[in-house]
Amino acid sequence: MKDFLFLFRADYVEYAKRSPEELQSMTKKWMDWIGGIAAQNKLADRGNRLETGGRVVRPGNLVTDGPFCEIKESLGGYVVVKTATIDDATEIAKGCPVYEIGGSVEVREISVI
Amino acid sequence: MEQDGLLPHLFRTEYSKIIAVLCNHFGIKYIEVAEDIVSDTFLTATELWGMKGVPPNPVAWLYTVAQNKTRNYLKRDNLFEKKIIPDLKNQSAGTEIDIDLSSTAIADSQLAMIFTVCHPSVSKEAQVALALNLLCGFGVQEIADAFLSNNETVYKRLKRAKEKLREENISISPPSVQMVAERIETVLTTLYLLFNEGYYSVSGQHPLKKECCMEAMRLNLLLLANTVTNTPAANALMALMCFHASRFEARTNSKGAVILYEDQDTRLWNSELIENGLYYLNRSAGGSGISKYHLEAGIAYWHTHPEDNKEKWEAILQLYNKLLILEYTPVAALNRTYALAKANGTEEAIAAAEKLHLTDNHFYFVLLGTLYLDQKNTRKARTLFQTARDVARSKNDQQLIQKKIDELKDKP
Repeated sequence: MKDFLFLFRADYVEYAKRSPEELQSMTKKWMDWIGGIAAQNKLADRGNRLETGGRVVRPGNLVTDGPFCEIKESLGGYVVVKTATIDDATEIAKGCPVYEIGGSVEVREISVI
Repeated sequence: MEQDGLLPHLFRTEYSKIIAVLCNHFGIKYIEVAEDIVSDTFLTATELWGMKGVPPNPVAWLYTVAQNKTRNYLKRDNLFEKKIIPDLKNQSAGTEIDIDLSSTAIADSQLAMIFTVCHPSVSKEAQVALALNLLCGFGVQEIADAFLSNNETVYKRLKRAKEKLREENISISPPSVQMVAERIETVLTTLYLLFNEGYYSVSGQHPLKKECCMEAMRLNLLLLANTVTNTPAANALMALMCFHASRFEARTNSKGAVILYEDQDTRLWNSELIENGLYYLNRSAGGSGISKYHLEAGIAYWHTHPEDNKEKWEAILQLYNKLLILEYTPVAALNRTYALAKANGTEEAIAAAEKLHLTDNHFYFVLLGTLYLDQKNTRKARTLFQTARDVARSKNDQQLIQKKIDELKDKP
């Protein structure tokens, strides 16, 4: 079994403008999806959401406020799954509700140092 | 109570209490001495009560005899004079030792014993066996029956565990804040396993099973009565046990056969236990973090609502999602899929079930069969139930599944 990191990207500012009912129904879809991964015993780390604000540090101590929330594909969260192959992990990623808000999932194998 | 039933009953309720007090007094090193004294007390009772009849207050009689036997032992035994007495703390000179068998002393001793039994040096299976033996007064044969194991295995397991406690010379002391932090999780797991052993065990409806559950609840109450051990998770576990226990009378018929949840007569559900469960569930709120007992108690709470509506199953589904994220178990995975069918529809649940691959578990095939039946696919359901029957290990389960197959006989 290998660990794969799922990175969720979407336009979270647009997303936050939805009605409370829509947001609630979205939360349920996320919980059902993650719960389904856990039910297959393939959830390695439940992950977390990321706040929209942030900073970027560049060479020469150049610090900028992250413009993350304004870009279409800002990083909104992550989970870690454990599967035999990247194909299995990708199959799981296909069920993610992030596509309903025009987002994407990046699947990356974690190489343990 | 008739005399025949009285001694076994007293053995169950009093043996472990006296053992706890004596161990607390002597230290765990002398656990065998404590066991000998208490066994000898019950032997004397068997002999004397048979001849002279039962004394007016049998429990007090047992305590007095146990106290006397302890004093005699101390006077007689050279080893005790030299070794234990210097060990005993706060002991005045001489052998006039006061063995306190008041209800407070018993509760304190048993609480201390729970934490001794759950010392990390003892293996998980051994902890449950030890708890049954030392805290609940179950004999080797009874533990073997309850665990579907044989006497020798249980005997060896207990012996090894007791040796371990002696070797490590684990102190028996009131749980300190630090001890609670280190061991409360193990303590709760042991009580949880003890309860489940009685509630779910495959070995049918042995009368001891219910007693396993009752003992787990009694020990849990000891935790709740002490401010240090009265944690949110301990309350959640108590709530869980109350909700489950509320269905005791409804879950088996007069012949001892299992009645499934959907088919139970809800009038037999014990409303007092449900109310108690709610009380502990409320008390489990607060504190940081949600334990698996909180989530399982929440699920059990919803199961005390007999009505079959979407709101109930949606709540149960979300609790199972959280439970599985916290800790995977095949049972939770299967139950979640059932809740998924009820909340989101059968089609989605079948797709989810087929990803579980729990092919050595008969419940898996029963679940899939039930879902296909819901879709009016009798042919597929029949095949799945047949597989379930072949995978099932216990007679009880095989019979239950065969009944499902028979019900499909006249259907296409």
